[in-house]
Amino acid sequence: MGTLTIMVVVALFLAAIVLGGYNKNFLERVKGSTVWDWMTTVDHKKIGIMYFMSGIVFFLIGGLEAILIRLQLMVPANDLFVGDIYNQILTMHGTTMIFLAAMPLLFGLMNVIVPLQIGARDVAFPFLNSLGFWFFTAGGIILNLSWFFGGAPDAGWTSYVSLALNEYSPGPGVDYYVLGLQISGIGSLISGINFLATIINMRTPGMTLLRMPLFTWTTFVASALLLFAMPALTVGLLLLMFDRLFGANFFDYTMGGSSVLWEHLFWIFGHPEVYIVILPAFGILSEIISTFSKKRLFGYTSMVFATVLIGFLGFMVWVHHMFTVGLGPVSNSIFAVATMAIGVPTGIKVFNWLFTMWGGEIRFTTAMLWAVGFIPTFVVGGMTGVMLAVPPADFQYHDSYFVVAHFHYVLVGGTVFGIFAAAFYWWPKMFGKMLHEGLGKFQFWTFFIGFHLTFFPQHFLGLFGMPRRVFTYQANVGLESINMLSTIGVIGMTLGTLAFGINIYRSLFIDKTKAPADPWNGRTLEWAISSPPPEYNFAQLPLVRGYDALWVEKEAGKKELTPAEPLGSIHMPSSSYLPLVMAIGVFISGMGFIARGDYSMGIFGLIILGIAMFMRSFEVDHGYHIEPEEIEKDKGVDA
Amino acid sequence: MASDAHTNTNHASNHLETATLEGKNKVLGFWLFLAAEVVLFACLFGTYLALKSQTMSGPTSMELFDLNLVIVATALLLTSSLTSVFAMSAMNQRKLKLMQFWLGVTVFLGLAFLILEIYEFVHYIHLGHTFMSSAFGSAFYALVGTHGAHVTFGIIWISSLMIQAQKRGINTDTAPKLFVSSLYWHFIDVVWVFIFSLVYLLGKVG
Ligand code: HEM
Ligand SMILES: [Cu+2]
Repeated sequence: MGTLTIMVVVALFLAAIVLGGYNKNFLERVKGSTVWDWMTTVDHKKIGIMYFMSGIVFFLIGGLEAILIRLQLMVPANDLFVGDIYNQILTMHGTTMIFLAAMPLLFGLMNVIVPLQIGARDVAFPFLNSLGFWFFTAGGIILNLSWFFGGAPDAGWTSYVSLALNEYSPGPGVDYYVLGLQISGIGSLISGINFLATIINMRTPGMTLLRMPLFTWTTFVASALLLFAMPALTVGLLLLMFDRLFGANFFDYTMGGSSVLWEHLFWIFGHPEVYIVILPAFGILSEIISTFSKKRLFGYTSMVFATVLIGFLGFMVWVHHMFTVGLGPVSNSIFAVATMAIGVPTGIKVFNWLFTMWGGEIRFTTAMLWAVGFIPTFVVGGMTGVMLAVPPADFQYHDSYFVVAHFHYVLVGGTVFGIFAAAFYWWPKMFGKMLHEGLGKFQFWTFFIGFHLTFFPQHFLGLFGMPRRVFTYQANVGLESINMLSTIGVIGMTLGTLAFGINIYRSLFIDKTKAPADPWNGRTLEWAISSPPPEYNFAQLPLVRGYDALWVEKEAGKKELTPAEPLGSIHMPSSSYLPLVMAIGVFISGMGFIARGDYSMGIFGLIILGIAMFMRSFEVDHGYHIEPEEIEKDKGVDA
Repeated sequence: MASDAHTNTNHASNHLETATLEGKNKVLGFWLFLAAEVVLFACLFGTYLALKSQTMSGPTSMELFDLNLVIVATALLLTSSLTSVFAMSAMNQRKLKLMQFWLGVTVFLGLAFLILEIYEFVHYIHLGHTFMSSAFGSAFYALVGTHGAHVTFGIIWISSLMIQAQKRGINTDTAPKLFVSSLYWHFIDVVWVFIFSLVYLLGKVG
């Protein structure tokens, strides 16, 4: 309770300094400030930008942790980060990158772009959208506070029991993992439901399912995966919390518990999760390759079909993470076959991208470079994946650097390359400014070369027997030079990331030129409105007349989208501070449970959440209207 | 399309809950949420079925469960689902008083169920079957307790919606809320049917 009071006082104090002292206008000034506007916004574009920016911050933190890992492994028998501290860095690197970098970066893009692509004015649940974001932020902050209060989680991003139980992980580390992930996970689930409902209900007239751009389709399927996968993690974390905090015995084998149970729950979530972060990247790639080849996407329907199939099969392969547990030859074989089957729709996608480029008018912009770099890199990752899917071989690869190389090829070479591609492609739409192409190309080449230098050799480290997650290795067993190479590659990725940082800074604070509405000669609806779009997106909802909706109009020689409705007053949802209050409630609650003791803080936080939920339920909120006169003259529907 | 659906509050549809776009979104979103809840309970059921024989020399399910009590609880909860249907049909006929009556009965039956469940848990604890006594205990209370927590939340939720309906009447703003709360209540009921068969009946045959 004491800490809480101090924090509240400090927050008020800071607010007073920033806003120029207390007096009776203080509250008004708070409400008028930009910070308040962003904290209470329910505009999908602003929430998207906040997701994206916090994703970048966490990406930098996770990247720093990666650099520290590689520094420790640069030479044999190094003593830079030994034992416990190494475990913490490693665990936080994985957890941060998956949950706090990859996911919010993608959510950010989805939030900004999907409603524009389907011609909607907003998402289905603007309030919940904001709530999801703030829950994610609360969870992310809790996880990272662990560094300062009691030590970070150290049982790996998979947090296997029994290692993660009190007996072997005393101290609050794993509690931070359990509660931080639980809270940000609930946020992700809320976002997933929101995207699904948006895509199902909010499409503009004429935007049939088979006219939706691929990024929208992959968002749809990824959200469905979220919906069905996230609860497994919720339950897993809940049970682990019960075991650690309340003396339950789900995973304690001395009391009849089962450690394999955790592995099942974790991977029933975990494998779909890897597809949650790769499918949107597939979508991004499809958009970019089609635009910069100036061709309709090759095999659109087969792309959609492959996406859905991958999503479906993604739920039937989780045991490939558990081949060495000893579930028996029958289950191993079934899951091996299912795993290899995923290679087929994935292959369809790769060929479709190649055929889209075939004979196209290719422009090698930075976005296109990332997309083209993605293809061979991801193919290597997919190939090692199929190698891992052979159970007898996996007994050799499992828990070695071979697995590390595999998942970095798919996660960095796939998801991260895709996110960079999307950043360059959609930056003008998000911020109304362009990123610098030259800097972007510098970033691409340094990062691309650095990435392959770091991770390609790791395949061999694994084959030569180096186990993953161990903080050191011996000299003279043939691992030195490969490890050294791997660490040198980090320099390239660091340079690339720095260039990206400079590029962002330049575009937001130095460059004064405004981005055009349609800088790339785009094909989809988002390029028909100004950059950045007005808060209501479309002055008149557009009528969609075919796949590549904007391109159809361009082909017909039209300057504007065909409107589907007369100009009229536009209903907008009003902003709300309640999502923030709810997130603060769960934040306090999470920290209270982590602190253990009498849990009074934990319950206090839940009470805040409960009160805010009541306030929301009883609130009558009809939003507000923007009248046609207020809608600017450039109605924002130029083609 | 979006904007006129908002203003069109006196839509002559029989289904007040989906008369506006917001209402449609809310109902769809809630179905999606229930899908997530299905997975959540599926995981808890899986956990329970995996751990149910790990009683660690504590009482077994065979010794513990008293089917008579559980059958009464089941009857209460199943009836409350029926009364919740009556409430919804009253809502769509714009009969506020009748709806409030049936919602009240629903909440009352839910409370009675909850009291029986609490009595049952207290009884088990006296017999040495606790959350901490064995993996079986943990899994049992996690599953049945999560269901109980859902019932509790449902009671609070429906009661607060009754207050809102009393204040504001039945309109396109309150109707979707009432409707999804009744969906939720049915869902809890369905979960209980599975608990009844997979926990209690199965527990009796060993
Ligand atoms: C053709 C598709 C793929 C196949 C056949 C495949 C197969 C596998 C197999 C069998 C493993 C387990 C290896 C072991 O632990 O012994 C594995 C691990 C992993 N895969 Fe894949 N994979 C594929 C695609 C992907 C994609 C697209 C991603 C993510 C974007 C991904 C991320 C991961 C991760 C993170 C792990 C390691 C998890 C851990 O133990 O920490 N994989 N993969
Ligand atoms: Cu997997």
